[in-house]
Amino acid sequence: MKPEDIIKPENKVYARPRLLNDVNTHYCPGCSHGVVHKLIADLLEEMGLQDKSIGIAPVGCAVFAYNYIDIDWIEAAHGRAPALATAAARLNPENLVFTYQGDGDLSAIGTAETIHAANRGENITIIFINNGIYGMTGGQMAPTTLLGMKTATTPYGRNSELNGYPLAITDLLARLDGTCYVTRQAVHTPAAVRKTRAAIKKAFTNSMEKRGTSIVEIVSTCNSGWKLSPAQANQWMEEHMFAKYPLGDLKNVEHKA
Amino acid sequence: MKEEILIAGFGGQGVLSMGKILAYAGLMDNLEVTWMPSYGPEQRGGTANVTVILSDSPISSPVLDTYDTAVVLNQQSLDKFESKVKPGGTLIYDPSGIHHLPTRTDIKVVPVDATEAAIELKNSKTYNMILLGALLKCRPVVDIDAVLRGLKKTLPERHHHLLPLNEQALRKGMEMA
Amino acid sequence: MEEEIRLMKGNEAIAHAAIRYGADGYFGYPITPQSEVLETLAELRPWETTGMVVLQAESEVAAINMVYGGAATGKAVMTSSSSPGVSLKQEGISYLAASELPALIVNVMRGGPGLGTIQPSQADYFQATKGGGHGDYHLIVLSPSSVQEMTDFVALGFDLAFKYRTPSMILADGIVGQMMEKVVLPPQRKRRTEAEIREQCPWAATGRGDRKHSNVVTSLELDSAKMEENNLRFQRTYNEIEENEVRFQEYFTEDAEYLIVAFGSVARICLKAIEEARAAGHKIGLLRPITLWPFPKAAIRRLAEQVKGILTVELNAGQMIEDVRLAAGEAAPVEHFGRMGGIVPNPGEVLNALREKFSVEL
Repeated sequence: MKPEDIIKPENKVYARPRLLNDVNTHYCPGCSHGVVHKLIADLLEEMGLQDKSIGIAPVGCAVFAYNYIDIDWIEAAHGRAPALATAAARLNPENLVFTYQGDGDLSAIGTAETIHAANRGENITIIFINNGIYGMTGGQMAPTTLLGMKTATTPYGRNSELNGYPLAITDLLARLDGTCYVTRQAVHTPAAVRKTRAAIKKAFTNSMEKRGTSIVEIVSTCNSGWKLSPAQANQWMEEHMFAKYPLGDLKNVEHKA
Repeated sequence: MKEEILIAGFGGQGVLSMGKILAYAGLMDNLEVTWMPSYGPEQRGGTANVTVILSDSPISSPVLDTYDTAVVLNQQSLDKFESKVKPGGTLIYDPSGIHHLPTRTDIKVVPVDATEAAIELKNSKTYNMILLGALLKCRPVVDIDAVLRGLKKTLPERHHHLLPLNEQALRKGMEMA
Repeated sequence: MEEEIRLMKGNEAIAHAAIRYGADGYFGYPITPQSEVLETLAELRPWETTGMVVLQAESEVAAINMVYGGAATGKAVMTSSSSPGVSLKQEGISYLAASELPALIVNVMRGGPGLGTIQPSQADYFQATKGGGHGDYHLIVLSPSSVQEMTDFVALGFDLAFKYRTPSMILADGIVGQMMEKVVLPPQRKRRTEAEIREQCPWAATGRGDRKHSNVVTSLELDSAKMEENNLRFQRTYNEIEENEVRFQEYFTEDAEYLIVAFGSVARICLKAIEEARAAGHKIGLLRPITLWPFPKAAIRRLAEQVKGILTVELNAGQMIEDVRLAAGEAAPVEHFGRMGGIVPNPGEVLNALREKFSVEL
């Protein structure tokens, strides 16, 4: 069988989603962002939302999310994505508005915007990449950094006396009356990827049906920042991150309170 | 015609709302008006004052150093503003709580015991309307009908039953001045 | 709603004017002395009539970023605050300017620095006219001196912002915000339809719809050559604004021997002082910049050639005077008279200042 016989549409089992732009990635090999980008692109197309979507990009590694997914985007200031999303969604109620944020963006500088957008029950989806570190700026401590974890600003390991405790912000968000769906997922195995895909799909559906705020936290690796190989990073995440940030739904109700 | 008026007293005496009613009446009479409060956190107890200017031509400064007419309702305000009345102008004051009486002789000084009159009317909220009546008697810058029309327009419907009482207070003030 | 004559505060007029302009959204946070803007909007409930969104944000920072998010979708959106709150907004304003987004920001100034006072001030002149946030940018800065102008500048501010795709600011002081005057409210304008927004704002992130390409609203450009190109484009816009949008008003300047330059409510205090001086035969004139940026440089230069001296009167330690001096050059001496901390000078003080600074007999 010649290669030409194999490369036929009917034999195709896997393809780049149509909305995922054919560009070089700036993400590190092994990074979780690429997988989540692909899921979003795939879902927007499947759900027919590509022409109605407004994505809000963060400051952090995903600052260039708009280079990869072929929809309309607004680039936010650090931490302010939920404020932008609030206005975009209220002023454009027919659109899908979602934010894509990292742990520094969402749970440090943007804590107020995150909590209050969720508390108002804005009809938006927040996709939250939690890898316990600041990747873009070179591996500094994030609010979600685990105790004992070494980063550029905690070179001897995070110490609770000095730096406080890891912040499980999603647990807080689940307690707010404005949220309808709060879940914590991962993308380190094919099974986990499928669960994350279902979670994002549910969140997007909630937003379109105006049920309140949906938050999909994705516990992720940053093998560059963690100074591990991609495989080791996955293993470290399972052993350490999942203990503090266990996977599963934290809240799943029909509608915000 | 241009009348530059100051009303000063304690917060809670209805100083700002008296000015507002006067300004509104000016609007009803097609005058140019400005109402400039000393704004601040003082809701009750502190001093409050408001400058109201009524004019048939455009008004320049909303902030003034002298006034045609001053209505002062406590000692501090009297001490502060007696000297700011233009020669030939009018000073109206409520003698309740005033220990040092005004001394100027080049202005018209009119005591109006509105505190006492409001007690007679059995409604302390008529206090500022009595004074407004006195002011309009001394300086008929707007028509009393304009005041009543203005009141009717600015008061919420649920308070319209108070309109006759307010008219009574206005007329009482006019008699007293 | 038809044209209507009303008596109201400057802050209330801002709210009425925004609804009547057909604004799409207001995002604010309470702070004295401008809270009546949000309060009036809440009372008027425009979401039930024009469909305008009104939201009390969790902070000034959130409010300006809501403005950024709304403006990025092509909507006519605004915020209002007072000095400390406007300081908090500066980062967002820089992003608006850099992303070339139209928006309206209202600053009803109070005395600073710091928490300062809630009384009137004009001490944010530098912040408003020299950029305020980080980076090379300008705002179109309108200075109202009456409640009528508070009303009119809402429409003007929005129109200029959309014309040049740059944020504009109404820089008012606490006096104009808090005083009541007679005002003519314009008739209701219809909010633009989604189709009109798509046509007028082809750059907006509205969702792709039937557009062939995606729109990305961003101020990020890591390629220095491209970022310089962006900056040059901003500067071309600013040049165009400086050429076309200078606004000012002159009073009694024709034969003036001395000139006062003042903006906002202070200009009216000065006008009263001049009326008194003129009555006594003294030839004083007034120039009131309406746009603080772009600044009426040429008009001041022209008058500097004519007068013996220029006095700037401001509620600050001397900010606009720098621009007046630059404009006047060597043609006339420029002196400053200002009050701070929320104190407002009266007309008599202005005349005293003229006497003292220029040894004139008034």
